[in-house]
Order: sequence, then structure tokens, then C-alpha cells
Amino acid sequence: MKAGLQVPSFITEEKLIELHRQMWVIRYLDEKVDEFFAKGLIHGTTHLCVGQEATAAGACAVLNESDKITSTHRGHGHCIAKGADPARMMAELFGRETGYCKGKGGSMHIADLDKGNLGANGIVGGGIPIAVGAALTSKMKNLGYVVVCFFGDGATNEGSFHEALNLASIWRLPVVFFCENNQYGMSGSVKEMFNIEHIATRAASYGIPGKVIDGNDLLEVINTTHEAVERARGGEGPTLIEAKTYRYKGHSKSDAKKYRTREEEMDWRKNRDPIDRFARVLEEAGIASKEQLEEIRVSAFKEIEDAVKFAEQSPMPALESLLDDVYI
Amino acid sequence: MREISYLEAVREAMTQKMLESDDVFIMGEDIGVYGGAFGVTRGMIEQFGPERVRITPISECGITGAAVGAALTGMRPILELQFSDFITIATDQIVNQAAKIRYMYGGKGNVPMVVRTPAGSGTGAAAQHSQSLEAWMAHIPGLKVVQPSTAYDAKGLLIAAIEDNNPVIFYEHKLLYRTSGPVPEQMYSIPLGKADIKREGTDVTVIATAVMVHKALEAAVELEKEGISIEIVDPRTLVPLDEETIVSSVKKTGRVVVVHEAVKRGGFGGEIAAMIAESEAFDYLDAPVQRLGGLPVPIPYNPELEKHAIPQVKDIIRSVKATLNRA
Ligand SMILES: Cc1ncc(C[n+]2csc(CCOP(=O)(O)OP(=O)(O)O)c2C)c(N)n1
Repeated sequence: MKAGLQVPSFITEEKLIELHRQMWVIRYLDEKVDEFFAKGLIHGTTHLCVGQEATAAGACAVLNESDKITSTHRGHGHCIAKGADPARMMAELFGRETGYCKGKGGSMHIADLDKGNLGANGIVGGGIPIAVGAALTSKMKNLGYVVVCFFGDGATNEGSFHEALNLASIWRLPVVFFCENNQYGMSGSVKEMFNIEHIATRAASYGIPGKVIDGNDLLEVINTTHEAVERARGGEGPTLIEAKTYRYKGHSKSDAKKYRTREEEMDWRKNRDPIDRFARVLEEAGIASKEQLEEIRVSAFKEIEDAVKFAEQSPMPALESLLDDVYI
Repeated sequence: MREISYLEAVREAMTQKMLESDDVFIMGEDIGVYGGAFGVTRGMIEQFGPERVRITPISECGITGAAVGAALTGMRPILELQFSDFITIATDQIVNQAAKIRYMYGGKGNVPMVVRTPAGSGTGAAAQHSQSLEAWMAHIPGLKVVQPSTAYDAKGLLIAAIEDNNPVIFYEHKLLYRTSGPVPEQMYSIPLGKADIKREGTDVTVIATAVMVHKALEAAVELEKEGISIEIVDPRTLVPLDEETIVSSVKKTGRVVVVHEAVKRGGFGGEIAAMIAESEAFDYLDAPVQRLGGLPVPIPYNPELEKHAIPQVKDIIRSVKATLNRA
């Protein structure tokens, strides 16, 4: 890397630019979803990851297509980062037949098994043992893939988190537990819900490494996840990564955000935004100019506009499909 | 044909499927040298090793989720949950995950897992280790629910369950583990959704599951002495349910008693009764459908009380006579 950035050797300058673009795609998709919700064009509910783009993009950047992830209710970023087509995601949110789940899953259930995304999840903590099971398959069949399991801070107070970490540890499974600590589980702040400063310290209970990182620093996410993935691939077992980040939007729609201050939110937005920060890194390292960065931003915006068009033009699922795809 | 026990039949089904395919493996608490709480897996860890007979911590939610993940990624796990009561701890993974994934993902992805679990009362283990919760699982679209009553059925149905791409809840009745019957040595499968007529008869159809099949058979012997001939239909699988066999038996006899061990209120017997009422058999009924089920109490510890909480042979006899006495 000519710019001397500390990243794994397979992360080229082109890849860094692509990741920057990916973060914009994630942001614009969720901004658009937010807008459509406000207008009543998308129904149900959705959980936006605006502000958390670096964790998804950075963690998935070190994975192969055969590696797998499990995601959460706040999973649009993970899906995109693991290779999902935003158009088909948007179609799913519109409930269309062309969506990832043929309009039957919606925001919280998008899965893309072809790309190794084992699915978002509407149950807090629900995906964590599933990731462990997928890692078990990898080990038992000697498939060599690693599973990155995303979850929030809130999920780490579920029993499934503890059970899953213990299982993965005693069986030395190739899984990376990736906690996106965005400071809140719905309205419960980590200050109230934990009596420990860092969730990663819980790793000690299971005899695995725990790492605390700045989740808004793309390069730090890449490097830490890479190390954990290598460790997992090498048969040394799981790691728990806690990435400190922040969600700009409310928990889901109709969240008045009464549990936090405007100042706090503005501080994260102005001073720690993951996309702005990485744009500066690229510029300062001479990898991309201001103009190039602007082009990237515009092209991401355009991609989401096209995704919306695709979704809008897609057919609704046929009523007869109601009973399809359920066994029996 | 040689006779083996229900327990050995279950073990043989697993063993044969594991020999056939590396994708099949077992997970569960104490299933290693201990052989599981009831000895079903005894000897299997020696045969297959700890990779494929995988002893787990006491983490029902975690291990069930791990089975879901393994199944979703190409394995065919058989999960032994030590007592069916503990399904309540694993419900998220079974109900919200395993049962939903294929549909939720628009038809992509299968969860071919079997949850084998001992159910039912009669061991004095009381309220938290004696329940029959099959109606809960039968209510959930996406799950298949199996309740074998004989060693022959246990082997054939378990093989079918392992081969099935659905998540299957396979209830083994604890009191049946030691019962024996003729079981072929070779592999065979019994299609899920095919009822079995355990005894032919002409006067009343008794639809019975699990242990109740045996109680109904005992009742049949008594009733025969009085010249009453009952036909015993064992659905074997609640989901899918073999409506055809049930309906044709009811058309033949015109009278029905449905009997299960689970609490009658909200039980699967209500579903069978309603299905009959909605079917063409309704016009053939000479009396209302009778339902017999457990009392709405947690299973008590005291053996007499325990027995009274669920239908007995005399209750079946009484119900059969009651239905015959209706005009
Ligand atoms: C088992 C369960 N409990 C509660 C909920 C409702 N719920 C959905 S998301 C959420 C907050 C989760 O917080 P966290 O794990 O920190 O993730 P974040 O939303 O911050 O990304 C809650 C309480 C749920 N979906 N599932």
C-alpha cells in the first residue's frame, strides 16, 4: 500500500475505495428507508444502522464469499457488506416478489445464503447460537469457512449469548463474535444495563480473547476482525470483539429518543462519523481526491435511486404464494 | 422377525443413518458414555466418537440454535433434548427460528433437524418432567410432529424424520422405551403423514396416540368380551395428519373416541374432532365425537394422582360405551 496504511495485504487501495463507496450505499439505503417510512411507503418496522457503517463494511471486508455471517434486526449494513444487492433488499422492504425473501421476510429477515449471509433476525440474540452451529458445520466438514456473528450490546444480556460463547469456546469453533455496541438497546443505555465498562471483558468467562475497538474507525475494524478471523481459521477458536459505535436514528420508527440528549447525538455525528473519518484518511493518504470522493458518494446515491425504481416496478407476490415454501 | 425395544429401535435408526451419511450427527446433554438420560445413545460415542456424538453443556437454547445453524448449513443434526419439557427453554430456536427460516427466506434454506425428546408422564418425575406438549408444536407452521407408539414405528418414523427437510419434533414416550416389538434389521422408513390402524374393528373408532394406543388395545380386549369391536387408529404423526385414514375409519364405524395423554383443553384431540366434523365423515356420525385427555393440572408427583391425571383403560371403556349409548 503506497500510502502506508496499516491493513492486511489483500486490502488494496481499490478495495479501500470500494469500502468507502459501500459505506455510502449502506447509509443512503437506510436514509431512503427512513424517508419512505415517514411517507408511509414502507410498512412494518425497520431498524436503521445509519452511523454504524464501518462495523459492517470493515468486518465483512476480510471475509471470503464462502465465509458466513449472521445478522440482527439492524442488519441492512451487514447484508450489503456481505454482497447483497440493494435493489433486491429494497424490493423486500416494499414486500415485492423480487425481494430476497419474496416479500415474506421484510427488513428483519433478509438472508442471502448464496453470499454466506445466514440471515437477519427479529429475535434479539437469536442468531448467536445459529452462528455457532454454522461454525460447527465448517469444522465438522472441514470446509474452512469462518462465521462472523453480529449482535448488539443489548443481545449480550440474553442467555443465548452466554450459551453460544461457551459452546464455541469449548468446541474451538471458527466464529468471531462481533458486538456492535451502539450504546443503547432500544432505550436501555449500556450505562444502566451493564455494571462493566467493556462488554468484551465477558470473553474472559469463556476463556477466549476479548477486544475493545473504535467501531467508527474502518481500519481498526478491518485489522481486528482480520486477526480474529485468522485465529478462527487457524483452528484457535472464537474471539469476542466489541466495537464502540453509535446509531444516529431512533431504535425503530416512532422513537422520540427521550433516553438520550441531542448534544450526545450531535457529538457523534460531527466528530466521529465513520464515513467522514474514512474520507479524510483516503484523502490524506493520497488514495482519493476530494473530487473522486464526491463522485463515489454520488454514484452510491444513484445506486439507491435505481434500487428504489427496481423495487417500485417489481410485482407484488401472487396471493397464491401465501402457502408456498412452508413445509407440509 | 427379531424383537427389539423401542429404545433400541431409536438407537438403531440413528446408527444406521449415521453410518450412511456423515452429515448426520447427534448432539445433546449426557449422550456420551452416560448414554443420555434414558440410555438411548448408549454405546454410540464408542462407535462414532465425540465429533459425531457431541456432548453439550446444559444450554438448551444454545444447543438448539447450534442445531439450527448446522442444519441450515448442510448438516442433518439430531438433537436430543433430555426431557420434552425443556423445549420451553429452546422455544425461540424451535418456534421462531427453525420453523420459520425456510418461509421467511422465501424458500431458500432448509433446516433439516430432528429434535428427539422424551415426553409424557408415568415415571413420578412430576410436573416439570412429565408433560405432553405436542399440541404446542403442532400449532406451529413449519414443524412436523411425530409420536411413535411402537418400536417398529419408532425406527421407521425416525429414519423418515432424519431424511425430512423439515424441522421435526420427535416425541418419544418414556414409558414406551422398554416396550418391545418386531423390527426389521434393515433400514426402512415410514412416511410422515401415514396413520396406522393398530386394530381393526366395526363399532367405534378410537383415535389414540403414544401410550394411549396401548391403553386402547387393552380396552379393546375387555370390550370384545362384551361384544364391542373397536378400531384403533394411531395417527403416528400429528403434522402432517393422515385425515384420509381417520375419515374413512369414522365413515365405517360412525362413532369416535379421541384419546391422548396431553391435557384435553387445547389439546390435539380437539383438532381431530373438528377435522372430523368438517369432513364428509360428519354425515356418518351416529353420536358426537368424544374426547378423552389429561386433566387440566400439572402432572402430580403422587403415583395415584399421576395416574388419575391422564386417561386410563377404564376411561376409554367408559367413553366407548357412552358413545354407543348415544342414540
Ligand atoms: C428476545 C427479544 N427481546 C426483545 C426484543 C425487542 N427488541 C428488538 S431490538 C431490541 C434492542 C436490542 O438492542 P441491541 O442488542 O443493543 O441492538 P441494537 O438495537 O442496539 O442494534 C429490543 C429490545 C426482541 N426483538 N427480541
